[in-house]
Amino acid sequence: MIVRLATLLLLIVSPSSAMEPDEILADRSLETRARIISKELRCVVCQNQSIDDSDAPLARDLRMLVRNRLKLGDTNEEAIDFVAKRYGDFVLLRPPFQASTLLLWVGPALILILGFFIITRWYRRQAKLRTFGVRSLSPDQRTRVDSLLSKHDDQ
Amino acid sequence: MRPYTVAPLAVFALLVFVLGLYLWQVGSGKKDISQLPSAMIEKAVPQFVLPPIAVTEINTLGLKTSDLRDKVSLVNIWASWCPPCRLEHPTLMALAKEGVTIYGLNYRDKPYDALNFLKILGNPYKQIGADSNGRVAIEWGVYGYPETFVVDATGQIRYRHVGPIYSGQLDSIIRPLLNRVSK
Repeated sequence: MIVRLATLLLLIVSPSSAMEPDEILADRSLETRARIISKELRCVVCQNQSIDDSDAPLARDLRMLVRNRLKLGDTNEEAIDFVAKRYGDFVLLRPPFQASTLLLWVGPALILILGFFIITRWYRRQAKLRTFGVRSLSPDQRTRVDSLLSKHDDQ
Repeated sequence: MRPYTVAPLAVFALLVFVLGLYLWQVGSGKKDISQLPSAMIEKAVPQFVLPPIAVTEINTLGLKTSDLRDKVSLVNIWASWCPPCRLEHPTLMALAKEGVTIYGLNYRDKPYDALNFLKILGNPYKQIGADSNGRVAIEWGVYGYPETFVVDATGQIRYRHVGPIYSGQLDSIIRPLLNRVSK
């Protein structure tokens, strides 16, 4: 009973694919590589899915193409490159790390750090205000305080 | 002004600038976000040989790489089952009438469906290659139908248009492009 329930839950949560049975290669290791590659290639028709997930006819064509390239002896990189040469870097779900994508990769971290600094400075300012309990003095008030204090010191 | 007033304002100004620029570009149609930039621009036409459409009534002559040189031409990816292809067909007929050389790549179509399409709507294509399994289209980086490529006289791909060519785009995009490429 528990086993059945567990199996059912596992099936529900495990990732699905749009693949059809006739696409599966006989060679196990090639098929595994093909699945890995498919998950890294964007379906250009349904642009938010990988070709592994997408039901689009082009996705199926590209899945078969990848498998053919692997059968012809391509490495994973060569197969991905084959598709990218024809469809552009947009087809890579993991964008290459190069000059044009530098901002894309580094941007979020940069903004996070920037935000961190802005917030800590704001907190420190708030902490200062809380300790003194008053707004900072204007230059006028500062001069008056100085003169009052110095008068006090003189006495 | 104090730093902690300036910083958020600066960020806001930056965002307004960047997003406003993007909005302006998309809104004025300068940048069509659904159109993928082709990876084949300024590259040579891929190596391919396609048979003619498999019907006896007409001979569409097939299409191969060596056909695509010595003149500026359009290569139009189309199919009878593709409704936008029907939409752009009158535009193609008009272009063909003006003397523009248009080659067709019949994508994953049944021969007699393609034939009927041409019979009913007319044939603007000088030659048509039948890509029944779509593999040649993949070599061109095709993802949406119809697509039209502009190929120059040296056999280099100069432009890819995704989607139907509307009659308005003839004057705004296609004709100026053909002019530029012919030089």
